[in-house]
Amino acid sequence: MAAPVLRWLCPGRCWAFARIGGCSCHGRGVPTASTSSGKRGQSSVARQSLITAQEPRKGDREWAAVVGLEIHAQISSNSKLFSGSQVHFAAPPNSLVSFFDASLPGTLPVLNRRCVEAAVMTGLALDCRINKKSLFDRKHYFYADLPAGYQITQQRLPIAVDGSLAYSVCVGKKLGQAVTRTVRVRQIQLEQDSGKSLHDDLRSQTLVDLNRAGVGLLEVVLEPDMSCGEEAAAAVRELQLILQALGTSRAIMAEGQLRVDANISVHHPGEPLGVRTEVKNLNSARFLARAIDYEIQRQISELENGGEILNETRSFDYKLGCTVPMRDKEGKQDYRFMPEPNLPPLLLYDSASLPAGADPQQVINIDRIREQLPELPSVTREKLVRRYGMLPEHSFALLNEVGLLEFFQNVMKETRAEPKKVASWVLNTFLGFLKQQNLAVSESPVTPSALAELLNLVERKAISSSAAKQVMDLKKGNPRAINKLIGLVRKATLGRADPTAIKEVLERQLSG
Amino acid sequence: MWARAACLGLRASAAAQRRGFTSAGADPQGSGRVTAELIEHLERLALVDFGSQEAVARLEKAIAFADRLRAVDTDGVEPMESVLEDRCLYLRSDNVVEGNCVEELLQNSHRVVEEYFVAPPGNISWSKLDEKGPSHTAE
Repeated sequence: MAAPVLRWLCPGRCWAFARIGGCSCHGRGVPTASTSSGKRGQSSVARQSLITAQEPRKGDREWAAVVGLEIHAQISSNSKLFSGSQVHFAAPPNSLVSFFDASLPGTLPVLNRRCVEAAVMTGLALDCRINKKSLFDRKHYFYADLPAGYQITQQRLPIAVDGSLAYSVCVGKKLGQAVTRTVRVRQIQLEQDSGKSLHDDLRSQTLVDLNRAGVGLLEVVLEPDMSCGEEAAAAVRELQLILQALGTSRAIMAEGQLRVDANISVHHPGEPLGVRTEVKNLNSARFLARAIDYEIQRQISELENGGEILNETRSFDYKLGCTVPMRDKEGKQDYRFMPEPNLPPLLLYDSASLPAGADPQQVINIDRIREQLPELPSVTREKLVRRYGMLPEHSFALLNEVGLLEFFQNVMKETRAEPKKVASWVLNTFLGFLKQQNLAVSESPVTPSALAELLNLVERKAISSSAAKQVMDLKKGNPRAINKLIGLVRKATLGRADPTAIKEVLERQLSG
Repeated sequence: MWARAACLGLRASAAAQRRGFTSAGADPQGSGRVTAELIEHLERLALVDFGSQEAVARLEKAIAFADRLRAVDTDGVEPMESVLEDRCLYLRSDNVVEGNCVEELLQNSHRVVEEYFVAPPGNISWSKLDEKGPSHTAE
């Protein structure tokens, strides 16, 4: 092992994120160039030309990475999964806690109907088989924010299994080159969230807030069908959009409503899968791909240096940009799963099996839920492409920003301009403007009508498109430029347009 | 009736012999003996102090007693989930009806800081000989 290798397990010297072989989706350590693996340490012409300052230098063989995800989404409901205390993000500590949530003796779990419906909706949206009978279990471990000493979950027989999630990734450098990939959904289960611990290292104590304890979670387990951080991030993003479209979870990562754990391993293609590590604390969309790719690189480097991968739990340190082991001296956890003795099996029905004369409040009809499913993002995108002849990547972009699709559709209602032009305007000029001003669509000073009118003017060739863009710029506030615009418009219309009329229109644009 | 019972008895012991009369986790060589390693494991998992040899002996007796269940031939019999399994699982409407009792709840806590429960930092390592201090299984 003569060749120098950049080590990244040194604390404080974390590896700057490097793409493996160009596109992260290939997962190669070093592009295959030279002959046998016995010639390590010797440089060959082919290998030298492939080495850059960023890539690790070791090994000739390709690596493949395997990534599986466990995603926890907080269910959007008024009350908790097994108790009637409120679900709310910010509240005084321990104010949203019932006796059951605090695990006081003599309390019992009572299942929230809305949470079951949310699980069924999500299962149907992900093409799962809904288990008409599912069971609740106890998963035991000790931690201050888990007052009962166990979490009620669904380990033996979850509510939904065997589904799939389709997502889109960019391949190649051009924006338009996107492919659809699918990842299998192993299962969806209902479970309780734990409370929150605030660690006070100074006074060597932990402060516990149980407001979150008992909130309903949907755990979505994705099979290890993904091969890099980008794919994982795209899958998570699509799941987020689906949950938001269904209304089953607001899925905002920043508020802890969507949390992701990744299971990562590497191996040589054709060989058995490697030892996997679990990376927890991936709670930021921005760092998700980076953290996963870091771990893949770390494992490759470790193995190429003759080291071994431990089946351990690691955490992503955002400041250092690397994964670090979570100290767990207890070794492998034994959760001592047992059936939850206080909850009978959860039975679901369809139209065929619905018992006659049953109390509608006490039965859940899967068929009914399927009929009432909201439109999924993939269908919305498809419709946009079909109806407006839109580019697929535009349909993705329109759905990627809250309120943008609605804005676009409102503009379309009032303009004669071509849909492709409108889409381009909305996605480039309008969205760019919002981003620059750090505004959400809902905060936009430009209304759909205003933009529609502007586009109509451009359409009629009353003003040029660059002039219209300048109107947008004017929103930043230079009223005198309006006169300059009037001049431009007059020029464009060869002096035929009435300046007063133009001024009126433009002023309306600015105030609307 | 006695003849039938005798037949059942014979069949039962045969079945028991087929399965091997050992309890899960016990020393496979011993007769349901519980190893020191298992005791340590259980103590750590359940935070129960087995303390004395008497306690271990009691555990072994309890396991042996429960093992007599294996004498029953359950071939082809679907196991029950719980004795409640044919009850109806009640579904509650999604309304906020409880909470807002922080003062009452905090009364149960030995120590509080503002309105937080106070707990020791992380999980304290079981091994008191561990010099590195408390281990931390944070989420």
